[in-house]
Amino acid sequence: MGGALSRFRSGGDTGFRLLTWCFAASVVALFTLLTVVLWNESLPALRTFGARFLVSTEWNPVRERFGAGIAIMGTLVTTGIAMLVAVPLSLGIAIFLSELAPHRLRTPIGAAVELLAAVPSIVYGMWGLFVVAPLMADTVQPWLGAHLGFLPFFRGPAMGVGMLTAGLILALMIVPYIASVSRDVFLMTPRELKEAGYGLGCTTWEIIRDIVIPHGRKGVMGAVFLGMGRALGETMAVTFVIGNAYHLSWSLFAPGNSIASILANEFTEADGDVYLSSLIGLSLVLFLITFLILGAGQLWLRSLSGGKEA
Amino acid sequence: MKATNVLLTVLAAAVTLGMGAEAWGGTTITGAGATFPYPVYSKWAYLYNQETGVRLNYQSIGSGGGIKQIKAKTVDFGASDAPMKAEDLEAAGLIQWPMIMGGVVPVVHLDGIGANELVLTPDLLASIYLGKITRWDDAAIRKVNPDLVLPKKDITVVHRADGSGTTWIFTNYLTKVSGAWKEQVGNGKAVSWPVGLGGKGNEGVAGFLKKVPSSIGYVEYAYALQNKLSSVKLMNRAGKAVAPTAESFQSAAANADWDHTAGFAVVLTDQPGEASWPITGASFILMHRNQPRPDEARAVLDFLDWCFIHGDRTAMELDYVPIPDKVVDLIRAVWSKDLHDSSGRSILP
Repeated sequence: MGGALSRFRSGGDTGFRLLTWCFAASVVALFTLLTVVLWNESLPALRTFGARFLVSTEWNPVRERFGAGIAIMGTLVTTGIAMLVAVPLSLGIAIFLSELAPHRLRTPIGAAVELLAAVPSIVYGMWGLFVVAPLMADTVQPWLGAHLGFLPFFRGPAMGVGMLTAGLILALMIVPYIASVSRDVFLMTPRELKEAGYGLGCTTWEIIRDIVIPHGRKGVMGAVFLGMGRALGETMAVTFVIGNAYHLSWSLFAPGNSIASILANEFTEADGDVYLSSLIGLSLVLFLITFLILGAGQLWLRSLSGGKEA
Repeated sequence: MKATNVLLTVLAAAVTLGMGAEAWGGTTITGAGATFPYPVYSKWAYLYNQETGVRLNYQSIGSGGGIKQIKAKTVDFGASDAPMKAEDLEAAGLIQWPMIMGGVVPVVHLDGIGANELVLTPDLLASIYLGKITRWDDAAIRKVNPDLVLPKKDITVVHRADGSGTTWIFTNYLTKVSGAWKEQVGNGKAVSWPVGLGGKGNEGVAGFLKKVPSSIGYVEYAYALQNKLSSVKLMNRAGKAVAPTAESFQSAAANADWDHTAGFAVVLTDQPGEASWPITGASFILMHRNQPRPDEARAVLDFLDWCFIHGDRTAMELDYVPIPDKVVDLIRAVWSKDLHDSSGRSILP
């Protein structure tokens, strides 16, 4: 202790260093505590169902048989759709704002995108239910069914609510995060690199494709994982438009359920130890999924930079 | 300048406190639970507040939530549509009594078909909810509705996403009338629905019904009326197709054996009677036997007693069925006998 702190000359520095150590340690402690509590509370369910809990698609409160299969599928599918839609959209917005937009428009559009992040998620859910769902039911889903109905993803009645609508609402929710972080990353591309490119006769598109994006690769991946983390856990927006059904279907028009949505709907009402424990088991599963995906993201980022930085 | 600022601040504070004092002065009773009786409870609370200044804060979070919150003692009373069994009441130290009765009504959203035009048999209703009948123009539905033009569309089934007493009453009925339902799904506040979308609360189901075409759902009758949804006629046990009305709920309630059922846990589905509505139910209030703050408990009982005495007409205007006077006397006897304070004395004189 004396050795590590001996280079600080004043007591204030020592105190400050200790304080920040405590803050950092408290985050780790909180994480550990959360894991421990979730694990303990879900033990009854895990003991009853075993590893089958993760894959079983049964969710039967009457017979007290629960499985996380439907919830996991729903969470992954809606997040997948959200990422498929949001990433290109956000990158396009980021590139536009950093490279292509007239300077006068950059601030207002940038502010508008960031304001979208401030909209409460329940407002997104209600907007999705009252505005987007009828639009999907009357226009988008029939069109998709007519033109792409040969694929199993676009079959079934057009109800407006379902996995597709939930995925789209989620996409709109995470666009501000990915777009604003990516824009900041692109703005940090060194001018010398771009000017060298222009000096060699590159077009704007070639500058963006070959200089700006590769340079900002790590930051953009970080932004994408940030958005993905939000999409995985999003509750209120999804629960309004996902349809809350307990069966799996290939079709994206079908209603489904996500982990967060089941928790929001059933937690207050769950009586019975196995029921409650299964719900907490679901939250443990979500915790683990988020942890795994973000961890994998970190490892990938590290490999992109050759292992030199985190 | 400074003096004016100070004066204005003092004035603003005085006005705020003055308005706040009214809020501070009144008592607030808290309750939570079923969405089924929420329309009538909130109307009663409004009228009671106008008369006495006492406010009711009722959170319609569903019957399961109501039971949980009263067990956790976070509210003065809990409300549940599914009656608790005598053993569970004993174990939790609660007493239970019925406050109001009403009907759960299947509603449809079909173009060209209005209220009480479509007729369904118990078997048809069960088959639709089991996913066995998937189209409105199915031969079985047309057979019972020879005069109606049914659309050639898929049926979109809507149910409750959250645990609910309304669901409990509805699935109780389906369990009684359909062997297939009993085997596959069963009776509960939350069940594993074979098909359909889930809406949150009676409000959520009503909302879906209004937006999604060619759909069927079930709601408490007041919600069907207030949202102008097309209710459905059901064949009852006596073989008659009845429409949901106050009279049909009263007919179903007439046969209830309140005296001899522990905890008043009477179930009113599929009752005999030519005019009886098959999916009738009572909604119950739960309170702890042990009331450590008897004044607050008496405030709650004053409100509930007022509802029994003065609330009949309001209830009937919303098409609920009030509890018969004989039963109210039994309930008051239970209050005197079973509700006591920490020293064991009854809280009612």
